[in-house]
Amino acid sequence: MNGAEEAPRQQRAKPDPPGYFEGESMTRRRAFTIAAQGLGGIAGAAIILPAVGFAVAPIFHRGKERWEAVGPTGDFVEDTYRQVVFTETEGIGDAGKTTAYVRMSSKELDEEPGKFVAVSNRCVHLGCPVRFVEAAGNFICPCHGGVYDFQGKRIGGPPVRPLDQFQTRVRGGQVEIGPRYSVTSQMEPVRARDPGEFTGGIWEYLYPPRPSTFPPP
Amino acid sequence: MPKLPTLKIPDAVVPPPLRKPPKPGAAGEPKGDAPADLKTSPPPSKTDGDRLLDQAKDAPADVLAWVDQRTGASGFLTGMLYRKVPKGTNWFYTLGSATLFAFIVQATTGVFLAMFYTPSATQAYASISHINNDVPLGALVHGMHKWGSSVMVILIFLHMGRTFFFGAYKYPRELNWVIGVVLLILTMTMAFTGYLLPFDQRSFWASIVGININGTGPVVGPYLSDFLRAGPELGATTLSRFYAIHMLLVPGAIIALIGAHMYLVVKLGTTAPPWVKADKPKVAAPVAQLDAGVESNGASPNGASRS
Repeated sequence: MNGAEEAPRQQRAKPDPPGYFEGESMTRRRAFTIAAQGLGGIAGAAIILPAVGFAVAPIFHRGKERWEAVGPTGDFVEDTYRQVVFTETEGIGDAGKTTAYVRMSSKELDEEPGKFVAVSNRCVHLGCPVRFVEAAGNFICPCHGGVYDFQGKRIGGPPVRPLDQFQTRVRGGQVEIGPRYSVTSQMEPVRARDPGEFTGGIWEYLYPPRPSTFPPP
Repeated sequence: MPKLPTLKIPDAVVPPPLRKPPKPGAAGEPKGDAPADLKTSPPPSKTDGDRLLDQAKDAPADVLAWVDQRTGASGFLTGMLYRKVPKGTNWFYTLGSATLFAFIVQATTGVFLAMFYTPSATQAYASISHINNDVPLGALVHGMHKWGSSVMVILIFLHMGRTFFFGAYKYPRELNWVIGVVLLILTMTMAFTGYLLPFDQRSFWASIVGININGTGPVVGPYLSDFLRAGPELGATTLSRFYAIHMLLVPGAIIALIGAHMYLVVKLGTTAPPWVKADKPKVAAPVAQLDAGVESNGASPNGASRS
């Protein structure tokens, strides 16, 4: 450095801090600061992380598959729907019930014979309940005028895809209704999506399937 | 505009050494004849009762002085309560306080509603009917909370509009605008989560629609919906979740941010409305008018009054 000018200042230099030794890589104060903050961070994380995990856990949890009998096979025909009410979410009483429109699969619509089709009444626009109008053969939503054809395909209004469906099976002569799934505009089954979310093509990536839903049939 | 009388702090709460002495001859003890001689006619000595009365009169001031000595609050409070506001300050400037008042109403009525409300999917509706139909004044408190939420949302938007149109968001107050926007979002969160709590048909379907709208956000939307519902469908835990968010999580954040918001308002001061012209810079009085550091009498050169 400046040599002669710096010399007097060096004489008045502060004494070494306590614990100083020749060749130390960091001061004792700094080491303790880092250690204390690190420990505090670990202690904080030990509280925060489980709490956050507790709150977001339902995203990754899939409930038990639930099947409910809704009537003997003879109750359902090919050319119209029969309305059934069953429990989709347990533990909240009537609020957990939902409505499906059930019929036999139809040869005219190129569906696999001998199966049962259960169409959800949840409008895929925003989730209002749609109604099957016998005279028109259409599903109509009261909220924003969504219209679906006999199969549940959108033919008018704001909905973004066909109506959701439920898996069905026959056990002991009874039709049973199982987990919900969504369909693309080509009626290919995909994992259940919430109303308002498109299905098929690039939308499968923009609205990715959620771990809380069941695989499609 | 008539000049309003300035606020005077009553003598009862001012410690004796700080009290303003009465102007000579103006107030205070009535002037009688001057005593001829203190020796021949001394003033009446005080009885114990008089002394106790004097102490009692000073008690409020003593208590405040005791607190102030330990907190130093008076300096902060005087600075906050007697701070200068710019010329042109008008009724529009009360919208922020009005929003704060609406929040206080919500907090107070909310605490009392929580005493009767049951956040359970099977009992929530019955507990709200109980509040509205059986509890004395229950319908009033519930009504204040229900309509008050709309009032708060309206007021917060009016306050935001005032800030925007008066240009009060500009330097150095940008951070306060940002805090205000976060407060707006939190208020909307309160309105959204509170709507489900009565658990009737309207709130049930409104929440479903709200969660579904939220789910249309690409990529994260569906997961956010699952987080809000605590599952793929609206269920029993959804209500508890909304209840916890509504009365524990968000109110704490709102109170903390209101504190920060008001700290910045006091720290930075408020702005004048845009139509008020800035004062001409005051010209320093010529040195010749100063006599030994004492300012001469009369108005200052540019005619500005000193108030």
